[in-house]
Amino acid sequence: MIELIIDDRCTRCNLCVSVCPTNVLDPVADAKPRIARQEDCQTCFLCELYCQTDAIYVAPQIDQPVAVDDQAIVASGLLGHHRRNAGWDEWAADPNYRNEFWRMGELFARGLGFDPATRRS
Amino acid sequence: MDQTLTLETDVLVIGGGMAGGWAAIAAASAGASVILVDKGYFGTSGVTATAGPGHWWVPPDAELRAKAIRDREARAFGLSERVWMERILDETWRTLPTLAGYYEFPRDATGEIFYRGLRGPEYLRALRRLARDRGVRILDHSPALELLLHSDGSVAGASGVCRQAGHQSWTIRAAGTILATGGCAFLSPLLGSRNNTGDGYLMAAEAGATLSGMEFSSQHTIAAAGTSQTRSAPYAFASFYDASGQDLGPIMAGGDPRTLARLLLEGPVYCSLRRMPSDLRAALHRIQPAFLLPFERQGIDPFEGRFPVTLHGEGTIRGVGGLRIVNEACETSVPSLFAVGDAATREAVAGATSGGGNQNSAWALTSGQAAGRAVAKLAQRGGRRASDAVRPIGEAGLRPLTGGAAADPREIARTVKDEMLPFEKALFRTGEKLSRSISVLDSAWHEIRHHLGNRPDDLIKSRETAALLATARWCASAALARNESRGMHQRDDAPLLDPAQTHRLIVRGLDQVHVTPAPVHALAEQAA
Repeated sequence: MIELIIDDRCTRCNLCVSVCPTNVLDPVADAKPRIARQEDCQTCFLCELYCQTDAIYVAPQIDQPVAVDDQAIVASGLLGHHRRNAGWDEWAADPNYRNEFWRMGELFARGLGFDPATRRS
Repeated sequence: MDQTLTLETDVLVIGGGMAGGWAAIAAASAGASVILVDKGYFGTSGVTATAGPGHWWVPPDAELRAKAIRDREARAFGLSERVWMERILDETWRTLPTLAGYYEFPRDATGEIFYRGLRGPEYLRALRRLARDRGVRILDHSPALELLLHSDGSVAGASGVCRQAGHQSWTIRAAGTILATGGCAFLSPLLGSRNNTGDGYLMAAEAGATLSGMEFSSQHTIAAAGTSQTRSAPYAFASFYDASGQDLGPIMAGGDPRTLARLLLEGPVYCSLRRMPSDLRAALHRIQPAFLLPFERQGIDPFEGRFPVTLHGEGTIRGVGGLRIVNEACETSVPSLFAVGDAATREAVAGATSGGGNQNSAWALTSGQAAGRAVAKLAQRGGRRASDAVRPIGEAGLRPLTGGAAADPREIARTVKDEMLPFEKALFRTGEKLSRSISVLDSAWHEIRHHLGNRPDDLIKSRETAALLATARWCASAALARNESRGMHQRDDAPLLDPAQTHRLIVRGLDQVHVTPAPVHALAEQAA
């Protein structure tokens, strides 16, 4: 579930409030959005994709809140790594993060031990 | 409370996932005025936005297509309709490339443009941008709560609330209404399914619509325990172990989740992806960006270490059942009400087996396009009838029969989950277990009919809960009526396929649920 919005990275654009599909966040005047309904978070990480300043951290645990420390998360380098791996926005042109979704067939084929060209093992 | 936002349009689309997006684009491209409302945000709502949908994708070569259809029919167990399979192959092949300019289709290793599979977040962002450019008006965070009916029984639009605008209510009159509200996974942790509470099924049933295939609602997908990450492709390399470290063998072979479910009922099951070669490990973030994320954030090495796994129920999402459609335009049995994507039954294209990630995507695109075009025509022909008198028809969770104490929607949602999600009930069905579930669910239904909705500040949750419960009762009733095992519907007390039950099961009714068989090819015959 979403755990943190890093205050000094947040630009108050409130885009995360809009794009959150489950309406977890409330805008706050002259402040970062408030995590108002954490229990409704579906842990989809989409707010992280849309946050251009990498201010949001979503913990992968779906069942209960986890204690997360602002400074430790900033130091961990995890902020923004999903957006980067997804090749979102400014990362789209970086060859290390290009879209290779077309290799899904190869993933299945090599995992299950058959030739992707003939689909025979 | 502010004044109601009152609008009229040619086409109202309820739900902004893949099917709703394509419906809005098709209608607007045909010249209609279109409003799309979504409970969340058109672009992130629904299960496609968090996934990477592959489409059923076969070049327009008669032999190739005939073979693809035959292969798929072999797993449909007599419940598919060839005419629909041909249609979704054709529409998908022609339509998906029209997203170029909004979605950056990559080139594969041979230099060919890769259209078949799209990354979900980018796909839905592209549909939103294309819809906006076509003039579609989008109302985000504006869940529909109920339909409006003309005196002749046809649907006149819907009303709901804008949940990010002080719960201001909205009413939209339209010539035709398209339900693109998705399937229902009963609040399982399936990635992206939180909004998919069966709202469209409930609204349509209140208008008199019927459903079909609701017994095919038991698909399950593997995920790392405690996470929502139901992306299963890398599990092609999985090795599984019990708590003592003993290798459990190829327990996911053939895609049947029941072997893993049986083991999970006995104790934890651990997984390692150590068989994945290093070149694929290094490329995995480019192939499926979100897969490694939960591991990295928990300090787990899924390749060299072992992690516990579980299964998440998919309900009617990667299941098959949904609103019954009666013609090629995807109209429901209620005039001027249409159902697309997972809101509609996908039996015609998937039969008794999940069409997840393949047929279902092609279906979502095709049904959306078909309904969008049809409602645009309907508006030209019949007009909006915006001055006719209409009545709102929402009941359960909205207009309780009795005042006084309010039922707690969260408690009722827990009851639904307890009956629909445990493996022993969902994957190892028996008549006895289903009858017991139906009895529990019927009592809860009685409770909500009388008491749910007495708190106006909680109407969205109340209504979602009513829809969850209604959907659960339809699924359980259909599963009880199908006294055999066929495709994903497995009955431990009737383990064989019964050729005499090669029919659809049509479900109708709210306070009383009725299940009746119907022939498979009714639609094809009607079209011919």
